[in-house]
Amino acid sequence: MSIEVRIPTILRPYTKDQKAVTAEGTNLSSVISNLDSQYAGLGERLLENGSLRRFINIYVNDEDVRFLGGLDAQVKDGDSITILPAVAGG
Amino acid sequence: MALEISQKIVDAILEQSRNEYPDECCGAILGPVGSDKPLRLKPMINAAHSPTFYEFDPKDLLALYREADDNDEEILVIYHSHTETEAFPSRTDIAYAGEPGAHYVLVSTRKQIAPATEFRSFRIVDGVVTEEEVSITE
Repeated sequence: MSIEVRIPTILRPYTKDQKAVTAEGTNLSSVISNLDSQYAGLGERLLENGSLRRFINIYVNDEDVRFLGGLDAQVKDGDSITILPAVAGG
Repeated sequence: MALEISQKIVDAILEQSRNEYPDECCGAILGPVGSDKPLRLKPMINAAHSPTFYEFDPKDLLALYREADDNDEEILVIYHSHTETEAFPSRTDIAYAGEPGAHYVLVSTRKQIAPATEFRSFRIVDGVVTEEEVSITE
């Protein structure tokens, strides 16, 4: 199971400046665990108290994971995940 | 560091901010990768529809990144308006700033400020705000 994960600029310090990395997993939760085991600290930038952070957007094949079950969103070999920080403020 | 931007784009952003008042307006400006020339204005919908908050809709945000990628462009400027306060990054602006390479432009629609001083540009990196000069071209 190989999933491509696109990393936004702000998180590239965790991935040695790689724009895209590969991860393993069957759902978003396991992909994030796998990412964190490869790139220490990355998981914490995506999760807060075990839930997805409100101002980080994650997409599986262009669909917002909030509409795919969040951390339970299923992924399969060949899927592409994109992480983008929300553009927001006050 | 400075932001070089055309008068036409500045005017369009100020007009958008007035049109969307009392909500904050927002958008981005794209330019060729590596050029630091913001040429293509992309007004965005403020999904928060709020006078004190703005957020690009997550679907629109992804589409914007895809469009930029397809055109060998990048997001060079992220802008939004403050409705009643100065054009300076708020605490939430700083907390959520996720593009260390972008110019963060703020405009204000509060009435007592002259338009010339309402358009300001900043870098926001690791919680540190640095104002930069704005150079307006014809």
